[in-house]
Amino acid sequence: MSTTSPEEILTHLLEKFPEGSVSLVKDTGSAMQHSLLLQHEKAVAIANTLRDDPQFRFDYCSNVTGMDWPKEGFLEAVYHLYSIEKKTAKPLILRMRTKGRDSKIPADLAMPSFTSVWRSCELQEREVYDLYGILYSSHPDLRRLLMWDEFQGHPMRKDYAPPAENPPAA
Amino acid sequence: MLGAGIIKGLRITARNLIGSYHDPNRLTTQQYPEEPARLPANYRNFPFLVLDAPSPDEEGTLRCIACKMCERECPPQCIRIEAARDENGKLQRRPKIFEIDISICMGCGICVEVCPEYSIEMDHHFEVVETERHQSLLLNLQRLSKPNAYFHQINPNKATASDKAIAEKKQKAAERFATTKAHTPKDSK
Amino acid sequence: MNTLSTEQDDVHGELMEISLGPHHPSTHGVFRMNITLDGEIVVKLKPVFGYLHRNHEKIAEGNTYLAAIPYTDRLDYLCSLTNNWAYVHAVETLAAIAVPERAECLRIILGELARIANHACLVGFLLNDLGTSFTPLLYSLRERERMLDLIEELTGSRMMCNFFRFGGLRSDIPEDWLQRLRTYLEGPFARFLDEQDALLSGNEILLARTQGVGILPPALAVQAGITGPMLRASGVPYDIRKVDQYSLYKRFEYKVPIGAHGDTYDRYMMRMLEMRESVKIIQQAMDALKNAQGSHIDPKARNQGLRPKAGEAYARMESPKGELGFHLVSDGSAKPYRFRIRPPSLINLTALEDICLGQTLADTVVILGSVDIVLGEVDR
Repeated sequence: MSTTSPEEILTHLLEKFPEGSVSLVKDTGSAMQHSLLLQHEKAVAIANTLRDDPQFRFDYCSNVTGMDWPKEGFLEAVYHLYSIEKKTAKPLILRMRTKGRDSKIPADLAMPSFTSVWRSCELQEREVYDLYGILYSSHPDLRRLLMWDEFQGHPMRKDYAPPAENPPAA
Repeated sequence: MLGAGIIKGLRITARNLIGSYHDPNRLTTQQYPEEPARLPANYRNFPFLVLDAPSPDEEGTLRCIACKMCERECPPQCIRIEAARDENGKLQRRPKIFEIDISICMGCGICVEVCPEYSIEMDHHFEVVETERHQSLLLNLQRLSKPNAYFHQINPNKATASDKAIAEKKQKAAERFATTKAHTPKDSK
Repeated sequence: MNTLSTEQDDVHGELMEISLGPHHPSTHGVFRMNITLDGEIVVKLKPVFGYLHRNHEKIAEGNTYLAAIPYTDRLDYLCSLTNNWAYVHAVETLAAIAVPERAECLRIILGELARIANHACLVGFLLNDLGTSFTPLLYSLRERERMLDLIEELTGSRMMCNFFRFGGLRSDIPEDWLQRLRTYLEGPFARFLDEQDALLSGNEILLARTQGVGILPPALAVQAGITGPMLRASGVPYDIRKVDQYSLYKRFEYKVPIGAHGDTYDRYMMRMLEMRESVKIIQQAMDALKNAQGSHIDPKARNQGLRPKAGEAYARMESPKGELGFHLVSDGSAKPYRFRIRPPSLINLTALEDICLGQTLADTVVILGSVDIVLGEVDR
């Protein structure tokens, strides 16, 4: 019997990992896609468990989304996991948050990378870095993906304004 | 046998070559500029405004009431509408300025869907070549307005359906007007 | 490969770096690869993205939910119908909108038609990459042209269909259109499939150029998040139509072709076989349509001024290229707070370097062709 709901997975994870390293985030919408919020320290270990533990086997990381929450003051990355082996139809959603978003200190914008766990994150994490400015601390090749290397700023942030000399076409 | 696959393939190409002389399923080329393009009735390109004219020689009135629904919903924001005002500055139910920048328009047809007055429709005219980029691609009210007869010509089914819907709407409005009129004296008693 | 040294020696000479693309016909658009070659052999390959980037996600976040539909046409412009579908599927998950049975049947017909058009096109372009100048490509484009004619008649546009709406479709599909589609698929298209199979599948040159070229092992495919025909060519039985059973797919009988070797030939064969299965699905969906309840759209569904409850939803679909997903976050307003596209074309390129190493430059072009990318989706 495979465990599928995030609540069940949370209970199993808390047996192995210290209290507070992972918590549940409820989705208020109609889709009810609840997610697990990971703390940075144990995140890669938890991801490895989710991938390798025979009761989970989330071997496929489908989607990486970056998000900007200016009011709350952090950047967020959301990972959607599926199991190809167990053929799960519902995603397991992981979230991680940075300490800050406007800070100049790199550590405040940092978060561990999951590329070592799922290689499918490689290009997507580069995209999140490019468009949101999350610094993945253990990414093997953290360069901009879509914008050119000399580009300044992170265009998907909510407060991004294009430079004045290059205004958007009216 | 080595080469059997190639010989089999050559037979197919030969069949296609010969077939292209007599089988319309194998030759589908259209000699476009010489032959006019075949456009289905649903074909959409850029929007135009329908002009209701009592007879072909008369100028006609626009169906547009300047509600700005299309301006609001247009995905690339290529429509600009300003409603006309009378001498007292009161807003009129007709546009003074209606501009569509077809260098931005992507021909999605959402304006047609959201229009409550069956006023904006998609045109079939696709040979839009201009030598200048700005003013000539900014269609104004005059260049956008086309008579209902033209709409009937390009998309007869939809034009008839719109005409019918407008007639029904008018009739309903007239009925409602008549009933309110009939009721008013009673109510005022 | 690993044995090659980057230093100059008498046997190997100097390594050569070439930039293939962004303006190169074999890169299917404006894709660019920086390739390091040792003679003819690829020792390093770094893809460069972004030449067609227009920040679709930002545009969509500044627009209403309805206004994002025409932009999704421009993602993978070879099969805009499935893009539309994936997006409205995500919005329907987010806002809990029901879809009538008839609309679902019609959606499956259109979605599978888009898959056929995409695969027919891919087979042609793959052969073009192989150097068979134009014959198979023109046969493919000829058939795609007729499918586009049908699509144009229905939606008004050949490629930018903009036909799906939340809760159904923009308009109903007339009976005679469906009849013509059936006649076409059973007549000229069936003949095309047989001919293309006879022309290509056993051709010795095609076999020599594709078999054993660009092998993608199943473990790497799963690890790198490869989906769609490319994953199945490596022998992993994973089709989202079967796994998620979205829409009415569980009602229909069809097989999911699985490859054995994961090489370029298997990826080519996946497309040929999937086209036949898609024809079967369309035929069954047309039969199911006769007893289907409801109309082409749920009359209660709101398209204009839709404001889903605050929350988030990720929904995915089996698009012709792989898993196409949309992750939407709503803050209760008329515009999505976050609009994320999971592009199969981009993620299928994750393992491109691994499968190209040790192959020749000419094979790299064929391998890229068999991955099936559309730059509108890669760069968004």
